[in-house]
Amino acid sequence: MSIEILGISVLWLFLFGYVIVGSIDYGAGFFNAYSIIRGKQHILSKIIQRYLSPVWEVTNVFFVFFFVGIVGFFPQTAYYFGTILLVPGSLALVLLAVRGSYYAFESYGARGHKGYAFMYGASGILIPASLSIVLTISEGGFVSIVNGHPVLDYTALFTSPLTWAIVVLSIAAVLYISAVFLTWYAFKTGDSAATDLMRQYAIGWSFPLIIAASGIIFELRFHNEEHFSRMLDLWWMFGLSFLLWAGTVWLLLKRKNYGLAFGLLAGQFALAFFAYGISHYPYLLYTQLNIYDGFTNMAMAISLVFVFILGMALLIPSLYLLLKLFLFDKNYVQGKTTKKE
Amino acid sequence: MLFDDPVYASRLLTLLTLSFHIIYATIGVGVPLMIMIAQWIGIKKDDIHYILMARRWAKGFVVTVAVGVVTGTAIGLQLSLLWPSFMELAGNIIALPLFMEVFAFFFEAIFLGIYLYTWDRFDNPKKHLLLLIPVAIGAGMSAYFITVVNSFMNSPAGFDIVNGQLTNANPIAAMFTASMPTKVSHVLSTAYMTIAFMLAAIAAFKLIRGYNHEYHKKALFMTMKIGFVFSIATALIGDLSGKYLAAYQPEKLAAAEWHFETEEGAPLLMYGVLDENQEVNYAIRVPFALSILAHGYPFSEVTGLNEFPEEEQPPLVVHYFFDTMVTIGMFMIFLSLVYWIGIKRKWPFITANWYRWLIVLGGPLSFLAIEAGWWMAEVGRQPWILRGIMTIDEAATTSDYVGLMFILFAGLYLVLGIGTVVVLRKIFKNFPLEKDLEKLQGGEPS
Repeated sequence: MSIEILGISVLWLFLFGYVIVGSIDYGAGFFNAYSIIRGKQHILSKIIQRYLSPVWEVTNVFFVFFFVGIVGFFPQTAYYFGTILLVPGSLALVLLAVRGSYYAFESYGARGHKGYAFMYGASGILIPASLSIVLTISEGGFVSIVNGHPVLDYTALFTSPLTWAIVVLSIAAVLYISAVFLTWYAFKTGDSAATDLMRQYAIGWSFPLIIAASGIIFELRFHNEEHFSRMLDLWWMFGLSFLLWAGTVWLLLKRKNYGLAFGLLAGQFALAFFAYGISHYPYLLYTQLNIYDGFTNMAMAISLVFVFILGMALLIPSLYLLLKLFLFDKNYVQGKTTKKE
Repeated sequence: MLFDDPVYASRLLTLLTLSFHIIYATIGVGVPLMIMIAQWIGIKKDDIHYILMARRWAKGFVVTVAVGVVTGTAIGLQLSLLWPSFMELAGNIIALPLFMEVFAFFFEAIFLGIYLYTWDRFDNPKKHLLLLIPVAIGAGMSAYFITVVNSFMNSPAGFDIVNGQLTNANPIAAMFTASMPTKVSHVLSTAYMTIAFMLAAIAAFKLIRGYNHEYHKKALFMTMKIGFVFSIATALIGDLSGKYLAAYQPEKLAAAEWHFETEEGAPLLMYGVLDENQEVNYAIRVPFALSILAHGYPFSEVTGLNEFPEEEQPPLVVHYFFDTMVTIGMFMIFLSLVYWIGIKRKWPFITANWYRWLIVLGGPLSFLAIEAGWWMAEVGRQPWILRGIMTIDEAATTSDYVGLMFILFAGLYLVLGIGTVVVLRKIFKNFPLEKDLEKLQGGEPS
């Protein structure tokens, strides 16, 4: 494996991590706001707060890790994507700020401020939409070089069906991932009302998800033939992913083993995410920037990989401790504050 | 200007984001250490007041951390959005500390989450104290690494440019640059100093308002003592920073001191104003002091600003930033020293309201000094983004709409700033000291 591929694989893995933990977070915000509108707040809010409070900051770091890492391994992405993404990137930042501050403002101070809760819920839908623009742009065709500088064609971007297909997929995925996770989490807390409600949402979003995903593959056929044909070569990965999706839905319908259902979901997204990534190879931005031209010098690459390994040696045990104390601690999950050593 | 010139608008937006972020970043670096000290003293002395101090500071800290995280994320991404050519070049050489900063932040985030939500889950309070060590270390390390990046911009090293191409990149050499030791130590000591004085200001304010509780007196004494120690350290490191500037960035020192002609035995100018003929009026001249600051010897030669081509001279406004920073630093050393001696010797004016008001004033003044110091450091390396290598005109984005984004972010920071104040006030109003103390003594979770 060349160091370029190692670099992009590490980054892709972190992006995948962000997609999962970020989706849980965004979806939770949306369901929280939705339950307020529907007057079912008492069922969901406590569970959502209990899970999210200790981990939201960690979720955010996954995102920072990705954009710092990609500039480190592939400095030219800063030049291309940095110039192009000023407006969508800034909007995403503002929305992320609304979200991040929500935890502090709402959960510690102004408990029950409805306006903020709605903004928080709306950001759960808008952030994935604004971030997924990057995926559309990376398919190529929206960026031209004018006077030596990259310029984004906004009209072409917003009139392309591919853009909207990706936006729909990102929203459906967020709500689906979040609902399945919260079903499992609510089940662990022993709260059957919340479990049932989240289970309904999870099943409800499973079909739009698969329709949107198929829609994108269809769109890509017209937009980027090269990428489309490379995706067809990896049909078995997408097929396997589909089977895992079916497995999750089946478990949800049968009301059993929600933990396994979430595991299958993680596998489903991992397969689809990596199949998409592998078929995108070698381009970061079709066809102007590939991973070999944009790669950093060897000395920097080696030191980044070295630091990455050291960092992981520090982080994995710490993350394990965090999960053990909150996600997998029976007393905490059930909201008891029994002392323990 | 703002809407036509992306370079100017990018500068303003970066200035705005950083000036807002460093308030929260300073709190983020300093407060964990103070919580750790308070909790440690509380356990050692078996004094419930110090334990409560740690709890109450942590409660307020969460709010500022949230805003610090989101503004930190903003500046992290804005670097690429506003300065794409700079990041493309810098990504090749300086990505390592940036990457390490994320790890430090990650580490801190994990343990902070655990610390904040496990107050009631350990029978042994020492175990809970242990969780703060990675938080304080993580906070210090992220300040360290991000300042390393900034040091690189001031004194680039660790690569060669041959025919416009970057070669021989050495990420380690890029981290250990000439300005790194003074910058990093100055950033850390000023952060600890500022936070100590901020917490002292809160305690003093409570005492003025008539809350004559032991708790506030203990908090005030402890934080003033810590603040004094760090302000002395800051002054010593500040002197070393002057010597660094004289050796490596003489144009910044000369601009900050309005020192135009190279001369031996150079005087230090304090305050004063500059008229349109570049003549200095009303300044206090301290003979030989600049030579001492620059080289440690009264008759040494200090390079003047006229030695540099006009297009490479930093703006002269940095002199005011320098004065502000140094004056506040000196004032705080004096204020905390008098307080410390006064308490020991039982001088009556120390507990008078007017003296406490000065301490209250010291909190915001310390933050002003932090801002002024950064403005001096950053404006003082104009016109460069990478000193001697890349100017800001070459680095800024070519995208339109930067002006609009400035307005967008200004609105955001206004909301976040007001939100912080409102929420913090609400928290401490809803959980007054007496109630918290009762709860803690009753063994109830808070």
